[in-house]
Amino acid sequence: MIEQAVNLEAVGRRYKEARAAIARRVIVCAGTGCVANGSLKVFAALKNEIEGRDLEVVVELGHDCDGGDVLLSKSGCQGFCQAGPLVTIEPEGYLYVHVKPEDAKDIVEQTLIGNRPVNRLVYKDPATGNSFEKTHDVPFYKRQRREVLGDCGNIDPEDIREYIARDGYEAARRAYTQMKPQQICEEISASGLRGRGGGGFPTGKKWTLTLAEKSDKKYVICNGDEGDPGAFMDRSLMEGNPHGVIEGIMIAARAIEADEAYIYVRAEYPLAVQRIRKAVADAEEAGILGQGVFGSRHNMLCHVMEGAGAFVCGEETALMASIEGLRGMPRPKPPFPAQSGLWGKPTVINNVETLGSVPMIILQGSHNYRALGTPNSPGTKTFALTGHVVNTGLIEVPFGTTLREIIFDIGGGVIDKAGQIDSDGFKAVQIGGPSGGCLVEEHLDLPIDFDSVKKTGAIVGSGGLVVMNCDTCMVQVAHFFMRFTQNESCGKCVPCREGTKQMLALLDEVIQGRGTVRTLELLGQLAVAVQIGSLCGLGKTAPNPVLSTLRYFRSEYEAHIFQKRCPAGQCKALAIPEIIAERCKGCGACLRKCPVGAITGEKKAPHRIDAKACIKCGTCAQACKFNAIVGV
Amino acid sequence: MNNGTRVQIDGRDIRIEGERNLLELIRKANIDLPTFCYHSDLSIYGACRLCIVDIEGMGVVTSCTTLPKPGMKVKTNTAQLRSMRKMYLELLLANHHQGCATCVKNDGCKLNELAMRMGVTEVRFQPAQGAKPLDTSNPSLVRDPNKCILCGDCVRACHEIQGVGAIDFAYRGAATTVAPAFGKDLSEVDCVYCGLCASVCPTGAITPKLQIDQVWDALSNEKKTVVVQIAPAVRVALGEMFGLEPGVVTTGKIVAALKMLGFDKVYDTSFAADLTVLEEANEFLMRKTQGERLPQFTSCCPAWVKYAEQYCSDLLPNVSTCRSPQQMFGSLAKATLPKMLNVAREDLVVVSIMPCTAKKFEAQRPEFRTAAGPDVDFVLTTQEFGKMIRQAGIQFNNLTPESLDLPLGFKTGAGVIFGTTGGVSEAVLRYAHEKLTGVRVDNVDFSEVRGMQGTRVKQIKLGEVDLKLAIVHGLKNAKAVVEEIRAGTCDYDFIEVMACPGGCIAGAGQPVSFESDTKQLRAQGLYDCDKTLQLHKSQENPYVAKCYETTLGEIGGHCAHELLHTGYKSRKRVADEGFSVLEPGAAKALEISVCVGTSCYLRGSQQLLQKLVGHVKDRDLEDTVDVRATFCFEACDKGPSLKIGDTLIHHCTFDMVRAELESQLAGSVAS
Repeated sequence: MIEQAVNLEAVGRRYKEARAAIARRVIVCAGTGCVANGSLKVFAALKNEIEGRDLEVVVELGHDCDGGDVLLSKSGCQGFCQAGPLVTIEPEGYLYVHVKPEDAKDIVEQTLIGNRPVNRLVYKDPATGNSFEKTHDVPFYKRQRREVLGDCGNIDPEDIREYIARDGYEAARRAYTQMKPQQICEEISASGLRGRGGGGFPTGKKWTLTLAEKSDKKYVICNGDEGDPGAFMDRSLMEGNPHGVIEGIMIAARAIEADEAYIYVRAEYPLAVQRIRKAVADAEEAGILGQGVFGSRHNMLCHVMEGAGAFVCGEETALMASIEGLRGMPRPKPPFPAQSGLWGKPTVINNVETLGSVPMIILQGSHNYRALGTPNSPGTKTFALTGHVVNTGLIEVPFGTTLREIIFDIGGGVIDKAGQIDSDGFKAVQIGGPSGGCLVEEHLDLPIDFDSVKKTGAIVGSGGLVVMNCDTCMVQVAHFFMRFTQNESCGKCVPCREGTKQMLALLDEVIQGRGTVRTLELLGQLAVAVQIGSLCGLGKTAPNPVLSTLRYFRSEYEAHIFQKRCPAGQCKALAIPEIIAERCKGCGACLRKCPVGAITGEKKAPHRIDAKACIKCGTCAQACKFNAIVGV
Repeated sequence: MNNGTRVQIDGRDIRIEGERNLLELIRKANIDLPTFCYHSDLSIYGACRLCIVDIEGMGVVTSCTTLPKPGMKVKTNTAQLRSMRKMYLELLLANHHQGCATCVKNDGCKLNELAMRMGVTEVRFQPAQGAKPLDTSNPSLVRDPNKCILCGDCVRACHEIQGVGAIDFAYRGAATTVAPAFGKDLSEVDCVYCGLCASVCPTGAITPKLQIDQVWDALSNEKKTVVVQIAPAVRVALGEMFGLEPGVVTTGKIVAALKMLGFDKVYDTSFAADLTVLEEANEFLMRKTQGERLPQFTSCCPAWVKYAEQYCSDLLPNVSTCRSPQQMFGSLAKATLPKMLNVAREDLVVVSIMPCTAKKFEAQRPEFRTAAGPDVDFVLTTQEFGKMIRQAGIQFNNLTPESLDLPLGFKTGAGVIFGTTGGVSEAVLRYAHEKLTGVRVDNVDFSEVRGMQGTRVKQIKLGEVDLKLAIVHGLKNAKAVVEEIRAGTCDYDFIEVMACPGGCIAGAGQPVSFESDTKQLRAQGLYDCDKTLQLHKSQENPYVAKCYETTLGEIGGHCAHELLHTGYKSRKRVADEGFSVLEPGAAKALEISVCVGTSCYLRGSQQLLQKLVGHVKDRDLEDTVDVRATFCFEACDKGPSLKIGDTLIHHCTFDMVRAELESQLAGSVAS
């Protein structure tokens, strides 16, 4: 068996040699965001253009590659989704943003042949107007620490040799050939790694508990059923560096003495499914997964399973039920998966990012890992930064980074509804998705970690960050998330199934202007009853957006209820239709379109709208060329 | 005080004595925590959240899902817990059909009871919008999703106890509902109508289908002579509807009540049970002597019979051909009573009072009707009978007992114990013992076959003959025995199967009881009843003997077979005939059906179908051969399955079907 063991060093060396024979590399981001923006067309255009110039382009770096002029690769998500499609040029490190197929000509002529950047394609900071040629100088990247995402966006996720050439699977090799399970558990415990799926449970402790269980069979499950609206960290990692995830799974399996793993990937992530499947197949073919891993007497089998399309399947007991072919419904804990998990066997179930963090801990040692982050939340965290912010995208920062740094330095500041930077526009940020809560102005300088965020009533969660500007109605925010959890409740326990439905109905009352003092009182009571009494994490955290907005924006709820007014002007039912006299030219366009005859006025004189007759269909506002009609 | 094995519950120390969960320990402390979804016979579900308690250091948890640990300090009745429980009940009530006064379950609704107990005086939440349609598709049960509180008791009972799984959850969030697969009606799926779902349902979401009005109509019709048979298990349970303890035998009062309701004659199904014993034991001894079709399964439970027809078609020859006592009574009554009572057959109405919902289905089976109509016209459950007594205002407890009518009202103890698990076996043993030894036996009790264990295997020596019996109740247990037989790992001679755990005494038509000792008390009632009767062996029933003399001839003879026996048919699970995938044309000589059900599909039946269609078109056979896509040949593990003409091919490949097609075409040309 020893002879058959894969020689990582040799594979890596051969890849590096082949790679060294080509001077320049062009990496086109093929993450979901950039693909949606047309990056595959950019890739094709570049290939055509390079070939048209009699340059030798290498798309697949074979073993027998004896050089070429340009290595053209696709990568996973490079993070800066806002500016996609992204193209990176090595060795210079030029970053081109918003690249279109027709830019291929300039890129080839000016950069590949002319050895200089294409100035019109480099990133310009909208706030300062400054240009940045290279990735690492762009403010969006400069403040980040891309550790887990380190290879994501830089390597070809479909080429196992490139991963190996960058020390890939070395940590797994050590775990299988040089470390005892107990040692691995101790190392992970010492690193202080905490679960990135939302709960923040110490990973080492979870592994140690599962290792302690005596059983003929154990399982590792990688939870890739990322479902929070606006979250795409796990997707990007699975798409961008699938082998990193698989390596983490192998180490986890070794640590608990399991020989079989399931990777449960959301079916709505076809690219992640495809890349993970390919990575598993490649790792099997390379002799990394399978019998006698790295010449040891341990076996390792990895299955890829597509999710069942339900948010609740991200809950670990529901996820296991789903793998077993049952309806994805959570069951009461205890027993915990560590004692009785998949098919009743001890099981470790970790999130994608958690497992993705494992190889580097084994490679660098727990002590070095702890150099980043805070004492109780070591390491880095990826976030999906979205909403009313200049730079949306996938970011990674050490724990302890403040919200201000994330939103204003990396994110480039808050934008208004017209998309312009608004330095006073920040209102709140929703952290942790539908299970989380909002952080507000007073939290901007709070160092973000598991414990500090929890104190505010929110959770770090899996890493969704939705920035909201002053035009956001916080009751509507609560309503949005409530509707989500209500739809996604599995329907098993009473508080979650019926409670979320009634909370949504109460929020509807507020938004529709039917709320009374009793609505607010009942909403608060019900939220607590759902929070305390629900069976699983979905229900227990479902009221968080309501409780958190009630805590920080109670006055907004009260304005809706007592003054029948939406301070952000978003709730249609509460808006008062009005034609602003200064803007109205008296053209009569609105008057002619109004289906109920609610608008009156003489030609060339400001018109009026009868609020009682108006049905708020909005037709008049669409007809008006002067933005004179509000509140419809 | 030593707290090593104790839990403090509301300030009192309670000793842990092997309780499976905190809820059971709390109940032992004489605190009846409310719950909808906890049943000691079912898996722990933890969904209704009413059994919440506050444990020091743990906070609010559900007691049904928590293991009692020594030293725990538990509070069951804090202000927070009270308000949460009330709120959950309010939430359930908001989503619940509001017509309590007209609900058939209003005398036994747990939601109603708990709402009252917890002091819910208003519902502050919005009521559910829109009504969901009722499922009244079958003769036994009515499903009303508007009354369902989604506790899942029915789903788990059907799956875990009966191994049928006819219903499950569908959809999610507030749209969650309990329904048969693909939103079908119960009559279209594998439901065996045992009604276990109805008996565990805390509300009126699944209830036995009522025939009270039809029976009132018959009773009011002066032209009709209405006779009634009462099943053994009814007499030990009906009293519960009038405040009596379970197991109290009220046969005499039942007769009086039935007479007051207007029934012309009151007979006893136990008479027919005595007949069953003779026929079934005789059949068994023949098989045992000849060594064929063993083990013999009993056939008195209609839910089991339907189950066997659905899932055990390979073992149908092993099922006793005896009709159930209800149907033996029905055919005998319709054959003999018109003359005896001087009434036209079409004016004779036979009603049965049964502990069972599946009996309603059984009475409507085509095998049990003649051109003149069904042998048993109407089947009332014990519950319905109780409701009729109430409707008539009869003060049941004050009635003076009356006696059953002869001859069909005379029974032995053997016919009475039929109503509990082990009863049929014991009754048969009482006959077989004497038959095999030729010696009269005075001690008739075979107490070794009694009990409540789900599967009981007993070896009994009767004279020189060794018999191995299996007594099972709960169809999941039956399934396990069937698997043993198929695997050839057992050598039973006789297998008694009852679908309901406990037997007929715990049937779904009985008064609803959530008490744990009800079954034992009712069973004891039947055994006591046996003791108080003069005769204990079916073969000693003089009226049964006379019946053979005058009507039936020999035991197991031709006439007995006509009236007392039946046959079974395999019930294909999938009713659809499939559809043609070729252009419809004139009647085609040869039909090829390819299963495109899930299992065969996964094994490549779709590709097989496509190739086959291509082949038929290439060969210009479209006018001769019809290719159909169909669903399920019930050999899912052997797929892809394909039927060509009358030949069923498993693990079918394209080459196999092509070869068979050629040979069949050649055959048809030759002929």
